[in-house]
Amino acid sequence: MGYFFYTKQLTVGYNGKPLIKDIEIQLGKGQILTLIGPNGSGKSTILKTITKHLKSIYGTVYIDNQSIDDMSNKDMSYKVAVVLTERLKTELMTCEDVVATGRYPYTGMLGILSEQDRFQVRNAMELVNAWELKDRDFTQVSDGQRQRVLLARAICQEPQIIVLDEPTSFLDVRYELELLNILRTMAEKQNITVIMSLHELDMAQKISDLVMCVKGEYITHFGSPQEIFQRELINELYELSNGSYNPLFGSFEMERPKGEPKVFVIAGGGTGIAEYRTLQKKRIPFVTGILHENDIDYQVACDLASEVFFEKRFERIGEGVYQSALQRLKSCDTVINCLKSYGEMNERNKELYEKAISQGLKIVESAEAL
Amino acid sequence: MENERATRHLRYSITLAIFAGLFVVLFIMNINLGSVSVQIKDIFQILFFQGGSETDYGIIWKLRLPRMMASIILGGALSLSGFLLQTFFNNPIAGPYVLGISSGAKLMVAIVMVMVLSKYHTVSSGVLIAAAFVGAMISMGFVLLVARAVERSSMLIVSGVMIGYICSAITDFVITFADDASIVNLHSWSRGSFSGTSWENVRVMAVVVLITSVIAFLMSKPIGAYQLGESYAQNMGVNIKWFRVMLVLLSSVLCACVTAFAGPISFVGIAVPHLVKSFLKTSKPLIVIPVCFLGGAIFCLGCDLIARTILAPTELSISSVTAVLGAPIVIGIMLKQRARG
Repeated sequence: MGYFFYTKQLTVGYNGKPLIKDIEIQLGKGQILTLIGPNGSGKSTILKTITKHLKSIYGTVYIDNQSIDDMSNKDMSYKVAVVLTERLKTELMTCEDVVATGRYPYTGMLGILSEQDRFQVRNAMELVNAWELKDRDFTQVSDGQRQRVLLARAICQEPQIIVLDEPTSFLDVRYELELLNILRTMAEKQNITVIMSLHELDMAQKISDLVMCVKGEYITHFGSPQEIFQRELINELYELSNGSYNPLFGSFEMERPKGEPKVFVIAGGGTGIAEYRTLQKKRIPFVTGILHENDIDYQVACDLASEVFFEKRFERIGEGVYQSALQRLKSCDTVINCLKSYGEMNERNKELYEKAISQGLKIVESAEAL
Repeated sequence: MENERATRHLRYSITLAIFAGLFVVLFIMNINLGSVSVQIKDIFQILFFQGGSETDYGIIWKLRLPRMMASIILGGALSLSGFLLQTFFNNPIAGPYVLGISSGAKLMVAIVMVMVLSKYHTVSSGVLIAAAFVGAMISMGFVLLVARAVERSSMLIVSGVMIGYICSAITDFVITFADDASIVNLHSWSRGSFSGTSWENVRVMAVVVLITSVIAFLMSKPIGAYQLGESYAQNMGVNIKWFRVMLVLLSSVLCACVTAFAGPISFVGIAVPHLVKSFLKTSKPLIVIPVCFLGGAIFCLGCDLIARTILAPTELSISSVTAVLGAPIVIGIMLKQRARG
C-alpha cells in the first residue's frame, strides 16, 4: 500500500446501526479529498469516524500504515487536526488563546507555552491572516474570522492530515476563496492531506484532487473532479428534478418553464443568458436559436429553453437548422432579439430577425417588457 | 504581543495582591471580632508567642482558629468544586449546590449520623466524608443521567434543583426521627455552618482537600483543552473518558468534604469562580484554579464573619449569608448569558 491515508471496508454509523458501508478511501500525502452529497447523507459521520470521534462499526482507518484503533488520542493528535462545525462556546479566551490550544500535544505537563510554541502560533495566525485578531475575544469576532482562527488552531497543531467539516458554511465569498486558497497552499507546500466536506460544488470542483459522493448505503462514486462532476451524476446525487447541474460552470440552473413556448429568443455569444433567466423567473416558456454548440448561451439554453436550435461548432449556420428555426418562429407570437450585430458564422440570425418583422410578430427589446 | 502579555501578568499580579490583602484583613478581623473582642495587639502575641490572657488564648486557639481554618479550606474546596463542575458541564451556573450534589451528600451524612449517633456518641470524620462522598456520587449519577437525556443546560439546572429538594425533604424526615440529643447538632449542621470545628476535623479536611486540589491543579492542561468542548479536547489528545471520570471524582470529593464538615453551603461554587474569572479576565485553569481556591477562602471567611457577628449572639447559618451575597451574582451571570444570546 503506497497510500498515506486509506480505509478498508469502513462501515460508519451511530449506535451500532450502519449508515454507510464499505467505504474505501485512498489518499496520498498533500492531496485534497472533498466529500459531497445531500444534507444528512452522512458526510459528517464519515469525518467523525476518521477523526476517531465516532467508533467505526466495521473496518479500519489507516494513517501511515497504522490503524487508528491502535492509536491513542495523544498519538492521533500529532497526525490529525480538526475544524468542526459546532459553535464554540468559549469564555474569556482571546483568539490567540484559542489558536494556542493547538500546541497542546507539544507542551509540558502544565501546558505552558514556550517561545517556540508562541512562534508557531504566530506563524499559523499569520498564514490565515488572523494575526491582527490575536487580542480580540473569540466570541466577539465574525464568523469568517472565527473560522480562520480555528483553521490556524488546526495548523499550529502541525498535523499531517487536517479534517474540516463544512469549513465554508458561514463564510462570504471572499473568505471562502481565501480559506480554500490557504488549504491548497498547505497541501502543496507542507504536504498536508486535507479531508473535508463542502456544500459548494463549484468550489469542490476547483479545489479537490479527489471527490467522494456520499449518498445512500454505499459510496457510489469516488474519483477525480473530472470524473465526478458530470451532469447526470450530480443531478442524480442531489435528486434534482427541478433544476439541473452544469459541470462547465459548476453551477445549477432553475427549473425549465413549462408549457407551449410562444417566445423566440434570437441570441448568441452570451447575449441570451440574462434574457433566458428573466424568462425563467417569469415562468415564460421559450425557444431559442440559432446558437453554436460552443456558444456560452448554448449551455444555459439547454437547461432553460423548451427547444434550442443549434449548429455545430465553428460551422456557418446551415440551411437545415435555419428552416426548422424559421418554422418554429412562425408559430411564436413574440421575438426577443439579443443580437446587435452579426458575423459571418451567424448571418442567418439576421435573416431570421427580418422574417420575424415581416411576419408582423411582436418584437421586444428584452424579456423585462413581457 | 509582549505588551499584551505584560498587561496580562500585571493584571494577575494585581488581582493576587488584592486577594492576599483581603485575606489578611479578613483573617485578622475574624480573630478580632466576636462575642469577645480580642485586641489586635494581643492577637500577634497569642498567635506566635502563646501570650495574652488565658480566656483570649482559649477562644482564639480552640474556637476561632479552627473555625477559620474550616472556612478557608472548605471555602476554597467549594469554589474549586464549582469551577470543575462548570468545566464539566460547560455551563457557568453549574455548581455543587444547584446541581443537588451537596444535598445528596447531606442526606447520606444525616442518615449515617442518625444511625451511628443512636449507638455511639461520636462519628469519625472519615466515616462522615465517606458517607458524604457516596451521597454526592448518587446525586451526581442522577444529574449525569439527566444531562445525557436533555440538551438544554437550563433543564440540567432545574433537575439539579429538584434533586436537591428531594434530598432535603428526606433529610428533614430523617432528622425528625433522630434522638433529641443529636437533633440540635444535626439541625444547625444541615443548614450549613462552620461552627464546632475541631483541630482534628481541620487536619482531616486539610489533607483531603489539599490532595484533591493539587490533583485538580495538575490537570489544568486538560481542563483548558476541555473548555473548547469535548471534540476538540479529544483532538488535542485528551483521554476523554479518564478525564471525565476524574472531574466527577474530584468535584464530588471536594463537595463531599465540605458537606461532611459544614453542611450544604449555597452559591459559593458559582459566584466565586465567576468573580475570579472576571477579575483575571481569563479562564485559563493554570491561574484560575489557585486564585479560585484563594477566592473561595476569602469569600467564606467574610461570610462566616458576617454570619456570626451581624446578629450576635445569635448565629446565622452560613448559607443565608452566602445566598444573599452569591445569588445576585448568579442572576447577573444568567442575564449576561441571555444578552449574549
